[in-house]
Amino acid sequence: MIEKKMITKHIGKIDPHSIEDYIKSGGYKMLEKALGMKRLDIHDEFEKSYLRGRGGAGFPVAVKLMALAQETAKPKYIVCNADEGEPGNFKDRYLMENNPHQILEGMLIAAYATGAKKGYIYIRGEFEQSMKTMKKAICDARKHNLVGPNIKESPFDFDIEIRSGAGSYVCGEEFALLESIEGKSGRTRVKPPFPTSVGLFGKPTLINNVETFATFPVIIDMGGEAYANIGTPSSTGTKLISLSGNIRNKGVYEVPFGVPMRKIIEELGGGVGEGRKIQMIQLGGACGPVIPEYMLDMVIDYERFEEFESKTGAGAIIVIDDRYDMFDILKRVSEFFTHESCGKCTPCREGNLHMLKTLRKFVDKRASEKDLSLLETQARVMHQTSLCGLGQTAPTAVISTLHYFRFGYLNRIEESTPEVR
Amino acid sequence: MDLVAVLEQFPREQTYLIEILLKYQSLKPTQHLNEDELKTVADHLDLPESHVYGVVSFYSFFSMSPRGRYIIQYCRDVPCHINDDFDVKASLEKQLGITTGQTSEDGMFTLEYSSCLGMCDQSPVIRVNDKVYPRVNEKKIKALIAECRSDCDD
Repeated sequence: MIEKKMITKHIGKIDPHSIEDYIKSGGYKMLEKALGMKRLDIHDEFEKSYLRGRGGAGFPVAVKLMALAQETAKPKYIVCNADEGEPGNFKDRYLMENNPHQILEGMLIAAYATGAKKGYIYIRGEFEQSMKTMKKAICDARKHNLVGPNIKESPFDFDIEIRSGAGSYVCGEEFALLESIEGKSGRTRVKPPFPTSVGLFGKPTLINNVETFATFPVIIDMGGEAYANIGTPSSTGTKLISLSGNIRNKGVYEVPFGVPMRKIIEELGGGVGEGRKIQMIQLGGACGPVIPEYMLDMVIDYERFEEFESKTGAGAIIVIDDRYDMFDILKRVSEFFTHESCGKCTPCREGNLHMLKTLRKFVDKRASEKDLSLLETQARVMHQTSLCGLGQTAPTAVISTLHYFRFGYLNRIEESTPEVR
Repeated sequence: MDLVAVLEQFPREQTYLIEILLKYQSLKPTQHLNEDELKTVADHLDLPESHVYGVVSFYSFFSMSPRGRYIIQYCRDVPCHINDDFDVKASLEKQLGITTGQTSEDGMFTLEYSSCLGMCDQSPVIRVNDKVYPRVNEKKIKALIAECRSDCDD
């Protein structure tokens, strides 16, 4: 068994709409445990756990928690980023719809440890079901004195509000998300300052992904050290993997870090269809690299991925079999980013359009050597000069295929009409 | 429900701007907002009209032109595309008799493109108003459209 269910262990066993079910399975016990601990000891556990943010960037969580706790400006906010919009990712939706209270419990622990009094969950507007489930969970938690004033008869107050996205991918970026909660267009801010010092409404804010918050009760339960023993030294614990594409068993799987991708695809995913071969794999979603089949023995690990100038992202694996044209895939990725660019900075707003134009030449077999070097320049400039993660990662698929599938580009130029070559 | 009633449901703060607009738009059969309504919201929240217009034009959920009672959206991102054996887009356009971005003459349907709907494990998916329909095929699409039409006859 390569699955290891820690944050998903209750899923399927409890009714997500029943707070009683969650409490019976030991839910909100970790909040009680945390309320009985010294705040510094909680931070200590998170530091030992070496938990890294699960939204894609992999930033050490304990650093952010401590930064918020040390801020003197008030009020402080806790924001849960549930704006899961990266194509190929669906694990946050899975958590929200199957175990909403564990996410609330995580936010409560974070609030207690940092002195925050108010929290927001920003949910993608498309996730109607998640929104309903989370709203009911907050309502039930309030009735049980788990959200609101004097939680569990302690002096600790914390309230949570839900905010809906309105169809903008870039709002998954932390500053764009905060702008959106403030009632503005979702355009990012220049950083520093980081959200932990100047965040929502200009106040200190901790912003983490759904999966990260769902991990907090697990760490309080088992202790930071025990948690760090799972996975690899640089990537502790487990990761939810969203497996999709041309694969038999699509779905969400929880695996410890250090598992080779091939095992996930073959053992959990059941491989590709009869008579098909894996052509390529896109990791992390549209913003992630496209890699060849022979790299599948690479293990899921933040550092190992960085050696390949890649990111584990939020844990999506999209398997693409040999029926599809690489350039058509790249064109779709590029169309996505062209549609979703917020337009604030020039490299992203214009770069995506130009890159799409060049990619279309490859799709239509009218590409030349000049187009190849043009594409390389466009991708590099966007990656290096865009203001936020959207523009910086939009060309990742192109950059990675230029490296791993260069022959594909050269072949396509060969196939192109002689006039353009 | 009129706009004033919606405004009264929320605290008078800018942070509720998007929530107010979403709520009100969803209640209108034409699922769109007009200039007068934006002005009313702007005045109520003490914001410049340009700010409210900026927000409405930024987020893809908002529309300034009337849309159908049923907004049908399809995804064309990679995970849906490589599980789409019958061409969802062409099938929808053919059965609705409109192209992407258009509204049918009877005001029943608007067809739109949506970025990833977050159900890649059940692709291809389409969304009709608030509901997402997984693993669609030509037959399911046909049945769904018929269901929407008969809903309107009632």
